[in-house]
Amino acid sequence: MKMHRSEIIWLTISFGMLLGFMLITGYQTFALGMGPPSNQETIDPQKVDQTAPFDNPGLKKVGEKEYEAVMTMQIFSFNPNEIEIPAGSTVHFTLTSKDVVHGFQVVGTNINAMVPPGYIQKISQKFDKPGEYLVLCNEYCGAGHQAMTMKIIVK
Amino acid sequence: MSKLSTVVDRRDAKLSMAHLYVGYVAVLIGAIAGLLQTFVRSGAITLPAGIGYYQLLTAHGILLALVFTTYFIVGFLYAGMSRTMGRFYDLPYRLGWLGFIIMTAGTVLTTIMVLLNEGTVLYTFYAPLKASPWFYIGLTLFIVGSWVAGFGMFRQYFIWRRVNKGKLSPLFSFMAIMTMVLWLVATLGVAVSVIFQFIPWSFGWVDTINVLLSRTLFWYFGHPLVYFWLLPAYIAWYVVIPKIIGGKIFSDSLARLSFVLFLLFSIPVGFHHQLLESGISPFWKYIQVVLTFMVIIPSLMTAFSLFAMFELSGREKGARGLFGWVKKLPWGDARFFAPFMGMLIFIPAGTGGIINASNQLNQMVHNTLWVTGHFHLTVASTVALTFFGISYWLIPHLTGRTLTKRMNLFANIQTILWTVGMFFMSGAMHTVGLFGAPRRTAYTTYGDHPDALGWIPYEVTMAVGGTILFIAVLLLMYIVVNLAFFAPKGVEEFPIGEVAEAAERTPAVLENWRLWIAVSACLILLAYTIPVIDMLEHSPPGSTGFKLW
Ligand code: HEM
Ligand SMILES: [Cu+2]
Ligand SMILES: [Cu+2]
Repeated sequence: MKMHRSEIIWLTISFGMLLGFMLITGYQTFALGMGPPSNQETIDPQKVDQTAPFDNPGLKKVGEKEYEAVMTMQIFSFNPNEIEIPAGSTVHFTLTSKDVVHGFQVVGTNINAMVPPGYIQKISQKFDKPGEYLVLCNEYCGAGHQAMTMKIIVK
Repeated sequence: MSKLSTVVDRRDAKLSMAHLYVGYVAVLIGAIAGLLQTFVRSGAITLPAGIGYYQLLTAHGILLALVFTTYFIVGFLYAGMSRTMGRFYDLPYRLGWLGFIIMTAGTVLTTIMVLLNEGTVLYTFYAPLKASPWFYIGLTLFIVGSWVAGFGMFRQYFIWRRVNKGKLSPLFSFMAIMTMVLWLVATLGVAVSVIFQFIPWSFGWVDTINVLLSRTLFWYFGHPLVYFWLLPAYIAWYVVIPKIIGGKIFSDSLARLSFVLFLLFSIPVGFHHQLLESGISPFWKYIQVVLTFMVIIPSLMTAFSLFAMFELSGREKGARGLFGWVKKLPWGDARFFAPFMGMLIFIPAGTGGIINASNQLNQMVHNTLWVTGHFHLTVASTVALTFFGISYWLIPHLTGRTLTKRMNLFANIQTILWTVGMFFMSGAMHTVGLFGAPRRTAYTTYGDHPDALGWIPYEVTMAVGGTILFIAVLLLMYIVVNLAFFAPKGVEEFPIGEVAEAAERTPAVLENWRLWIAVSACLILLAYTIPVIDMLEHSPPGSTGFKLW
């Protein structure tokens, strides 16, 4: 099949750009560890309250300006529903759902992760700017979905 | 064989029209829901007792994304095959009606369940939200009905090939078959999930469901679904538009090649909807991201062919200079103008799609209103405007009437209203989505959080756009009813383009179905086997069902 010369040029340039995007996203994902949240650990969704670390949800200091936030998500709330950290802290979120699929999104940051039941999801973020960050569930989970929210207070 | 008539057979026309009627009723009801959604989200109204926001949203998604599109597509493809291959033989014709009946039974059943508030799970019905079993049974019937319609088309094509040994099939029919093959392969995923997971679980025959597997099977279907919407629009662009503008099809073989590439690459890419999910390894997500980028190629080829065709036909009419041909396009002809606006909108729409699919970049937009803005450009503008543009000649052609000057004018106004309305609605959705406003969320200020309060002006803009769109839908209904029942009797052309003389012969390998289906199956196996085995081997205990609405 013959292609017109200008079509070959068009496809080469545009596909070249796509190739560039692929290389950049691939490099960021595999060399810089910036890939999307994909934790593989599982948990029995019926026994979240009895399973460590979710039997004791909350914020734990794990290092200098470094925290782990262990959180459960259930209709239509987060537990804990408020955490407070000093500016410049990095927080490693460890999340699971006690019922249906929820979404974990922190407005004004890159945090955005799906939290299906049966899996433990992980995502980390450094909070530099002080303020009251809005956290919301961004996956439809039932009639009260729009009320599912919490706060991260950065001082 | 007798010489092919250029008018679709009366009997086939009725079958096709039956599909279009259902499709347009779905548009009207779906649009009412859409308008109300924009009002609710902006805080302008609260719904009267009983109706929930998510119930409306479920109806909107099902009626517009599934019912309108599928009925329109089946009706359009039946008409086009009848036009290009001749009157349907008895068996394929009967399969057409049988498919219609099964599909409609399913649509009615599912709609009743949504109205009864027994299926408020949105059109993606993610487990472990659990609807009534009848909701899922309705969906199954809908899909099975569409398969039966597809079998009718396959049968017609098969008989034609036997009768016309060695001849190249008409481009329209080839593309129609490709669309239905794509649909068949894609819907297998969701059918397996609904029949083997959802139905037994919702009846209570099994206690739990494998959530991640159900989501994976859904998105195995969910991405090719968007190509199932897009391919019929491409058929109109490749085959119909050249005739309308007085040009020729740029290249038959490249057109066929692009459709083959869609079959190959549009299916093994569903993970790009699950990029932020736990339980799927980053490696397999990335593989599917790469395959997603491959499926952009045939769209780039399509864009080239179209503009080459526009330029060639303009030059043939005496256009000069680099862009002189633009003036030669029939801007006043709604049969051209509506799909052309669809093509234009596909440029930002496709760009947005590349952003969504770019692996970690997806974190910026996933489940925000950006995504809703995105598919109101793709399916609700590019595809919808093209389908409207097809209707302006297809409906009068099938009902033995004509598109009058007056209706043509209204159709052009409709196109402009739609484009303007979508500019506001989708533009506001894109912008506020980047600020973080979530999709699929009723009115809320999250306890008067300043960020959420800042979204309200954009949600008001969405309502303004939604209102313009709704007016456009009413105008569309007026045109459709006029063309179906009141327009003057006559013969409206069913435009089918001819291939440019300079174009070379089409290689027979492009029509080798066994080959392409086999390659497609290999790619699917490559992209899915290992991650799905992984999912099954490391699956957590399943989930019980929840009815939370
Ligand atoms: C009158 C015109 C329309 C208006 C005002 C409108 C409005 C809306 C709004 C406000 C939402 C969702 C908001 C949310 O996520 O909370 C939405 C969702 C959606 N719309 Fe439309 N829309 C229109 C036409 C269409 C058309 C023509 C299609 C498809 C052919 C379409 C397909 C969809 C789909 C698939 C969703 C997603 C449903 C979901 O998230 O479950 N819409 N629409
Ligand atoms: Cu939610
Ligand atoms: Cu997709």
